[in-house]
Amino acid sequence: MTWPEMQPLLTQGTIDTLYMVLWATVVSVLGGLPLGLLLVLTDKGGLLQNTAVNKVVGVIVNIGRSLPFIILLIALIPFTKLVVGTFIGPTAMIVPLAIGAIPFFARLVETAVREVDHGLVEAVQSMGGSIPTIIRKVLLPQALPSLVSAVTTTVIVLIGYSAMAGAVGGEGLGSKAITYGYQRFDTTFMLVTVAILIVVVSVVQLLGDGVVRLLARRGRTAS
Amino acid sequence: MHSTVTDNPVITTKGLTKVYESRGRQVTALDGVDLHVREGEVFGVIGQSGAGKSSLIRCVNLLERPTSGTVTVDGTDLTALAGRGRRAGRDLRRARSRIGMVFQHFNLLSSRTVQDNVELPLEILGVSGAERARRALELLDLVGLADKAKAYPGQLSGGQKQRVGIARALAGEPRVLLSDEATSALDPETTRSILQLLRDLNRQLGLTVLLITHEMDVVKTVCDSAALMRSGRVVESGTVAELLATPGSELAGELFPVSGQATGPDRTVVDVTFHGEAATQPVISQLARTYNIDISILGAAMDSVGGKQIGRMRIELPGRYEENVVPVGFLREQGLQVAVVDPAATNTATTAAPTTVPTPGTASPSPLAKEAAK
Repeated sequence: MTWPEMQPLLTQGTIDTLYMVLWATVVSVLGGLPLGLLLVLTDKGGLLQNTAVNKVVGVIVNIGRSLPFIILLIALIPFTKLVVGTFIGPTAMIVPLAIGAIPFFARLVETAVREVDHGLVEAVQSMGGSIPTIIRKVLLPQALPSLVSAVTTTVIVLIGYSAMAGAVGGEGLGSKAITYGYQRFDTTFMLVTVAILIVVVSVVQLLGDGVVRLLARRGRTAS
Repeated sequence: MHSTVTDNPVITTKGLTKVYESRGRQVTALDGVDLHVREGEVFGVIGQSGAGKSSLIRCVNLLERPTSGTVTVDGTDLTALAGRGRRAGRDLRRARSRIGMVFQHFNLLSSRTVQDNVELPLEILGVSGAERARRALELLDLVGLADKAKAYPGQLSGGQKQRVGIARALAGEPRVLLSDEATSALDPETTRSILQLLRDLNRQLGLTVLLITHEMDVVKTVCDSAALMRSGRVVESGTVAELLATPGSELAGELFPVSGQATGPDRTVVDVTFHGEAATQPVISQLARTYNIDISILGAAMDSVGGKQIGRMRIELPGRYEENVVPVGFLREQGLQVAVVDPAATNTATTAAPTTVPTPGTASPSPLAKEAAK
């Protein structure tokens, strides 16, 4: 394939990938953040200690995390069809991508929130703060650098998942690499696709790290 | 300046018990604690780690729920507000907002500036933005950190962090301040300046302070009253003057350790405690002149406790006790607290602190003849 032939395919592929990953990230954060918080709050010694809820959420998250994504992708076809109306195309792919990433992100949130010093929670309790106040003013702001790292990691995982989604009717760079690079033995095309993916992943990681550094700087400027 | 202390109890605990359960085993952290903290005083609870002081202070604002007993702060029975379950209801939260608390490790939010940290309790109280900023800056000025408002806690020294912690604790205009080992993470000099600040706030604002510590120096520097805790119980409690007046008070002994042994047989060793008027009188030389006896000073400690001159001295008089009844009586007449040290005890005692407080289980023999009790 010549460069002018490749270019529109790659452009479209990149746009589709970014579109799927972006929306899947938004949904994962919206779904994973409360789940992760719930895991911490309902845990033993937590503010909303509730063993039953904790166990149930824990099991759901573990099931979500242990299913191979490609299996999840296929298993979710009826559900995707129900939600989006179709199971092919980039918009349809947002559903399995998000559902695959929610448990992953939830675990990362759990770890991040757990690291918040319990003394801070007590301090706010001693001021008369309620649980929503503690979440809003202590847990989330204090965990913010770790949460941003968690989002970065999730975006990168979703980029990987989106390539897999290409095998099951998705669009994006992964799908293009499979169709043109793999099935047509076009090594050049494959290499270019991989190169673009490397660039995208690197940029995401750099951006994420930059934000984390910016957030961490507040508390840690040399005195 | 003790005029600010009134007889109104601000913090009262009755039969406070806390039992922790871990893996089927029960650990009693508090075993029926009755505490009375009067309005306007600085009350120190001292004890070794594991004595239950931390559980006690955390039960006062119900961060820890007592297993039984009641806690009354400023006329409100907090234990009645507690409700069921782990979550604090609205009434308890409102009551907590009127109790300030400072912590050993400061517990400042690293993600917020100093000013925003001080504003946090005001945000919880629903105070408007402009008012919050005004109050926060005022409080920072009060603790001497007006110029650090925009700094982050990570940029401050330990002493400065604790000042921010104190400013934050005062934001809700509490009448009571709880201090959970507030100076234990600080060096001695910073400790002094923080204690001075607490003392100033106590006097300027009429703030009642309940502090827990394991350092006797803290009690000595700022406290009007003190309680000694051991194995979850309060074994001694009272104003510093009362404690010093209690024969064989362990706290008094710890506050003013005096040591020294009789130089030979047929000697009487006497511990004399000076406080109030008597501290300024030349009693020892009067004693020597009046009875024409030679007095050796074996050990002495003088200091000011809560602004009052107080001291203890261990002196030796020639002759056995029977021969010294009159001089000892003279000392008592001068308004001094006198305790005759049992010679058998001075030879074996490793520390100068005499123990007469019966500790559960271990009935230690009293090294002090309970003379002063008469």
